[in-house]
Amino acid sequence: MDPETLERLDCLIDEAGLEETDLIGAMQDIQRELNYLPEEAMRLVAQKIGVPLSQVYSIATFYKTFSLEPRGRHLINVCMGTACHVRGGVQILEKLKRILGIDTGGTTNDQRFSLEAVRCLGCCGLAPVIMIDGKFHGKLTQKGLDRILEQYE
Amino acid sequence: MMTIKLKIDKQDIEVPEGTTILEAARMLGIRIPTLCHHEALKPYGACRICLVEVRAGTARASTLVASCVFPVRQGLEVTTDSDEIREVRAGLLELLLARCPGSRQIRELAGEFGVHETPYTPRDHLCILCGLCVRVCDEIVGARAIDFSFRGQALDVKPPLLTPAGTCIACGTCTTVCPTEAVKLEEIARVPYGHAVSETHPGERCRVCGTHPTKPEFPANYDDWFPK
Amino acid sequence: MKTCRTHLLLCAGTGCVSNGAFEVMRSLEEEIKRHNLTEEVSIVATGCNGFCERGPTMVVQPDGIFYQRLTVDKVPHLVEEHFLKGRPVKELMYTEAKGRPPVPRMNDIEFFRHQVLIALRNRGRIDPEKIDEYIANDGYAGLARILKEMSPEEVISQIKKSGLRGRGGAGFPTGMKWEFARRSAADLKYIVCNADEGDPGAFMDRSILEADPHSVLEGMLIGAYAIGASRGFIYIREEYPLAVERIKRAIRAAEEYGLLGERIFGAAFDFSLRVVRGAGAFVCGEETALMASIEGKMGRPRPRPPFPAESGLWGCPTNINNVETWSNVPVIILRGADWYSSIGTPSSKGTKVFSVVGKVENTGLVEVPMGITLRKIIFDIGGGIPGGKRFKAVQTGGPSGGCIPENKLDLEVDYEQLAEAGAIMGSGGLIVMDEDTCMVDLARYFLAFLEDESCGKCVPCREGLQRMHEILDDITEGRGTMDHLVLLERLANTVKKASLCALGSTAPNPVLTTLRYFRDEYESHINEGRCPAGVCKALIRFSIDPEACTGCTACRKVCPTDCIAGERKQPHKIDPDRCIKCGACHEVCKFNAVRKT
Ligand SMILES: Cc1cc2nc3c(=O)[nH]c(=O)nc-3n(C[C@H](O)[C@H](O)[C@H](O)COP(=O)(O)O)c2cc1C
Ligand code: SF4
Ligand code: SF4
Ligand code: SF4
Ligand code: FES
Ligand code: FES
Repeated sequence: MDPETLERLDCLIDEAGLEETDLIGAMQDIQRELNYLPEEAMRLVAQKIGVPLSQVYSIATFYKTFSLEPRGRHLINVCMGTACHVRGGVQILEKLKRILGIDTGGTTNDQRFSLEAVRCLGCCGLAPVIMIDGKFHGKLTQKGLDRILEQYE
Repeated sequence: MMTIKLKIDKQDIEVPEGTTILEAARMLGIRIPTLCHHEALKPYGACRICLVEVRAGTARASTLVASCVFPVRQGLEVTTDSDEIREVRAGLLELLLARCPGSRQIRELAGEFGVHETPYTPRDHLCILCGLCVRVCDEIVGARAIDFSFRGQALDVKPPLLTPAGTCIACGTCTTVCPTEAVKLEEIARVPYGHAVSETHPGERCRVCGTHPTKPEFPANYDDWFPK
Repeated sequence: MKTCRTHLLLCAGTGCVSNGAFEVMRSLEEEIKRHNLTEEVSIVATGCNGFCERGPTMVVQPDGIFYQRLTVDKVPHLVEEHFLKGRPVKELMYTEAKGRPPVPRMNDIEFFRHQVLIALRNRGRIDPEKIDEYIANDGYAGLARILKEMSPEEVISQIKKSGLRGRGGAGFPTGMKWEFARRSAADLKYIVCNADEGDPGAFMDRSILEADPHSVLEGMLIGAYAIGASRGFIYIREEYPLAVERIKRAIRAAEEYGLLGERIFGAAFDFSLRVVRGAGAFVCGEETALMASIEGKMGRPRPRPPFPAESGLWGCPTNINNVETWSNVPVIILRGADWYSSIGTPSSKGTKVFSVVGKVENTGLVEVPMGITLRKIIFDIGGGIPGGKRFKAVQTGGPSGGCIPENKLDLEVDYEQLAEAGAIMGSGGLIVMDEDTCMVDLARYFLAFLEDESCGKCVPCREGLQRMHEILDDITEGRGTMDHLVLLERLANTVKKASLCALGSTAPNPVLTTLRYFRDEYESHINEGRCPAGVCKALIRFSIDPEACTGCTACRKVCPTDCIAGERKQPHKIDPDRCIKCGACHEVCKFNAVRKT
């Protein structure tokens, strides 16, 4: 990792706080900054906060937010909540998999999209729902998906 | 210190406050099977094999609790063996047997409860994820070299990042507590990297036996301690 | 609020925002400026008002006219007609069904008419980002009262008397919980707000945090005073970016006003609050796992006792309540326990917020008094099942809950009645299902969810759910036998009795209730190899009814595997060998010619 990135991560961790209770928050900030948790970043967090690397690794693998592989530029979260399930969320996921040619948890070769299935996004009124980079798209049909994806470069 | 009076399998016993049901039962010589419990470690309560029935005071219904973690209460009535308990234990052992068909200890314990085969598709794990190795490495050795990773059915015990754990001092304590012989120092394939470090740092450097300096803070990497 | 003639309360909750509320707002601002109405009409961006289905929505005060499904291109017309000429626009009003007259006023709409707003009292009325608006609506008056007039014991006795029970799931009496924490002697105690809201299909906590964050802060302050806590945490899902933002802003505002910090209102009472973002684990809603997560560890539950009230965060006494529980507290203090306990049923007092979602006409968030019937919620407020389909079941309580069939629709909703029916109140998700929902598939869905979210610590939950899921896979894929049902029930029993935390011990509920009320569906899958609802892929076939097909070619165009053949204006045909059963053709056919059998 280049020194500038490391420097930036260093600042991020300082901002999040250096107590054990700040550990997960610091890792979330790094994940958001880099789109994944590289090994050096995990070592850095462990060292700065003063916890064993094993703890950082177990957190990184336990919580769904974190990814150990680089994610694509846009993250598609497909809601797998109950309301979305009964209104055809599975078909939406299947269709996305077919369009992108990747499986859940995967990233397209051109690094454009990553696909995740997530818990209820709290927009059940608009089921079925997906969230791309924090923006919601609701009342989806298989047919309308292509047009939505076009908006993301 | 306060003492607590309770009944276990109809026998009266008085024990200090904070004792667990399992400990109290053992004082009476009553055997309760356990898989994730170890006297030297903090109670954990994950295998659920040690379930017993408790009934408090006037309550009519009894509930199942894990005896290794449940602290005694005044006037508690405990039953350590009943049809219901045997049924639940057998149910758990069917699950464990399907997970670890190759484990001698699990087969033997399952046999005790009349479970000789499992209705589920067998897998081939040895580790039952009792966490003894993880806890001993944390609570006794103080190295915290290995920990759980992932969750749910993917839960696993692995050194961090699947690379040699810098903090493992190759003391081998984890291998001695493992109930299913899933961790073996020589069998590096099980926890492939956790103990690999033993080749470069012989076991006598164990921090517990104090032959090398300890630092007040937790080191990021034990390698830093060793002379180059 | 400015003293304007008219206030436009535009919903800026997540649902409406995703439907373009902010674009509508910008265009409203422009139009209002263009017509020189800025002195007379003001726009307030409020939190979610619950009717997300019809978003973006707007209420015009003082006359209470409700506009729905607003779009940017309709704004100029709206502003000109209503605010310039004073003629409300009928086309943008709510209608119950096509051809029925529009219902202009919010309070006449069935969806809103039956609601009693306590926890959601400020929703859609105030700008959640302005502390002054909260204060102008009796905000922080409850806090002021207790700090001046009441001892902590008196506060606890009021809460006990009100009969308030936890809204996060188990329904434990809140006053009693506080009393335990009060009695634990310690120098440092903690208060936690559980905003991890994990139950799929429930979003009331998000809505409260977005629409009225200060009500939660005030509730927590009152609780902190009552139990003697000086520090607090709000644990909130990272997937709720807007709610995180709003609550952080609310904390900053409260700090500036001296409502958080040291010597609050000059009393000997200090309290500070931090936000912790959940990192994506359902099990972290469980209180012991939540605490582990706040401490910076893997979120795995630990056995209780000791309960958090004795030993919680870092070993200190800790009191955890749900968002909705906290937001009820200030009103109880202000209006009195007697008033609160006059609402509801003997065992369950006050109101409950439900999210009515799934196969129902008006999806959204409603707050109703305890004791209301399910039928009233689903058919009167929810407007019944869309598309003329038949109601099949309603699922309550999320993955730990159960499915309630039609013949139990008249039960009066409270903690006990739901439990008797094999379901639970849970956090208040009501998922309505019609004849197109397969109950076996639904049970499988919940198991898969929980298997994925299980922390994996204890044997019954980690191993058992996986095996139950396998069995249900077998059944839904046509390999089931009647022995599977026996095994399934036995295994469900083991998991229920032996699991360490409530995630595992309640996980079999959806399976057990569907087996209890919809056993025939399991049997059809097993004995006839048929999925009556046409959901389980392995057991259905897509075909085109040549009588109904008009040859419009819509299905042929969407089929991803090109397995539909047919000339324009001629009946089409599906090649069953190449069909992957994605259902795309079924979705697009306007003539209902694609059949699932
Ligand atoms: C698996 C699991 C998930 C839970 N998720 C939540 C949740 O998302 N929000 C919540 O408030 N309570 C949740 N709970 C319940 C909490 O453990 C706890 O009972 C609740 O926060 C207490 O607050 P209350 O008394 O105000 O309801 C969950 C419990 C379990 C077992
Ligand atoms: S051998 Fe390594 S992993 Fe095992 S207990 Fe010792 S330090 Fe821990
Ligand atoms: S390796 Fe052994 S001690 Fe460690 S968790 Fe597995 S079974 Fe338990
Ligand atoms: S019941 Fe499930 S979630 Fe709870 S402790 Fe056990 S494995 Fe973890
Ligand atoms: S179920 Fe998909 S948003 Fe709630
Ligand atoms: S020995 Fe008690 S749960 Fe494992």
